[in-house]
Amino acid sequence: MRAWLRHHALSFAQTMRRFAANPFASLLNALVIGVALALPLGGYVLLANLQQFARGLAADPQISVFLAPEASKSDIAELDRRLRGTPGVTKVQFVGREQALAGLKRAPGMAELVASLRDNPLPDAFVATLDASEPELAVRLEQEIKSFPRVAHVQADSAWVQRVGSLLRFGRTAVVLMATLLSFALVAVTFNTIRLQILTQRDEIEVSKLIGATNAYIRRPFFYLGALQGIFGGLAACGIVALSIFVLNRDLAGFGTLYGADTNLELLGLMDGLAVLALAAALGWLGTFLSVSKHLYKIEPR
Amino acid sequence: MPPNSYLHCSTSLGTDIISFSQVFKRYPGGYEALKDVSFTIEPGEMVFITGHSGAGKSTLLKLIAAIERVTSGTVLVAGQNVSSIRRPAIPFLRRNLGLVFQDQKLLYDRSAIDNVMLPLVVTGHPWRDAARRARAALDKVGLLERERANPIALSGGEQQRLCIARAVVNRPNILIADEPTASLDADYADAIIDMFRSFNQVGVTVLISTHDDRPIRKLNPRVLSLHRGSMA
Repeated sequence: MRAWLRHHALSFAQTMRRFAANPFASLLNALVIGVALALPLGGYVLLANLQQFARGLAADPQISVFLAPEASKSDIAELDRRLRGTPGVTKVQFVGREQALAGLKRAPGMAELVASLRDNPLPDAFVATLDASEPELAVRLEQEIKSFPRVAHVQADSAWVQRVGSLLRFGRTAVVLMATLLSFALVAVTFNTIRLQILTQRDEIEVSKLIGATNAYIRRPFFYLGALQGIFGGLAACGIVALSIFVLNRDLAGFGTLYGADTNLELLGLMDGLAVLALAAALGWLGTFLSVSKHLYKIEPR
Repeated sequence: MPPNSYLHCSTSLGTDIISFSQVFKRYPGGYEALKDVSFTIEPGEMVFITGHSGAGKSTLLKLIAAIERVTSGTVLVAGQNVSSIRRPAIPFLRRNLGLVFQDQKLLYDRSAIDNVMLPLVVTGHPWRDAARRARAALDKVGLLERERANPIALSGGEQQRLCIARAVVNRPNILIADEPTASLDADYADAIIDMFRSFNQVGVTVLISTHDDRPIRKLNPRVLSLHRGSMA
């Protein structure tokens, strides 16, 4: 047991020395893995931000119902009752034309425009909030409410939220695909690094076998090499993504003040970062396993 | 471990430490390296294997260390059946053997003492203990003052002695040397043979292959003679 621990410590030290002995090659390997991991990781971070943004915009889909100009007070009361009676509608809010104009006046840059109007061009309107659990509801109710008397126009505000939703789904699929493909790249890079390392240490492996080293003993340093290279690649990926987010945020800052919105991109959390490193280490281990299984056993003393 | 403690563990398994019985070795391609070879070696013996090159001397030694496998027949080493040994058991067999190779198989990316320490490192000895024993082994072969040298900087004779130090550092019961004097001039060769004799005198079983008959005339040891793969 102590001998086993001692060899683990020895393998680790040996691996670090090997990295230090070829700093340039080690750095390049870590960068290649880093770039391969940074692409899906960056996509993941952007998606998470976009999802956050979309959630803040509209929790529940809404339908705006604009009334015809000739609608009377009783028409409005009648419509209010019918909307409230429609299944799937959770909340109905009346926005009178005066109220709408006042709201418009408050909007940045609109005050002068409103002041220049001779009379109020806005119609009375209802905003109906819908049950979010049924995505197709907005489309169905849009048709139904259109046929109500004194209704001039119906607009489902949820349409673009749905579009963002399906766009996010598309993005997620793309990130998963990219991550899968580039994981293969990581395994392949490790496979080749280990193959080269085995070939360089051919003599040492042969002599070790001759003097009674077990296969587990001979394999151990290579697993350290593969997993550590993966971890260095993972660190590089986190660095690349953090740097990109930093640069993007600087550009987005101007964009944000223009629209009065919080456009700051969030960096990935500590747990996400650790998960990336663990995944990178696991993929490095896998690449090593494949390479060692293929190459190490071919080296037998003659 | 005292030098002859193997006597106690081998008594229950018979008195032979190495035994070949009707061993055949055919290489892929049909070349028959050994034909019906049978002999036994008792603990503490020093035996020379002679024969021309290609007579099967190296093959015979490789069968003992499971570097090659028999085609048919039985090879027993310290009671263990090497002819049917499973792969995971091979490292543990080799830890009881000291192997000296004609081409030395030294590692040139490390110092002399690191080469000698390797068998102890592989078996998980504490570093300090391993270094102490490696120095003792280097002292026995007269290379203590060269411990920091790279093997490439050593002469042919010194490299062969370094290889012997590595073979004896974990105090094996059996020492096997394949043509240890092949590329050396007479004085160096005599010094190497004397070294093997001194290990044999403290109880180690020694098996040496050679095509040089000078040490045989000098020491008059037991000789196994091979001729084209058969015992002559």
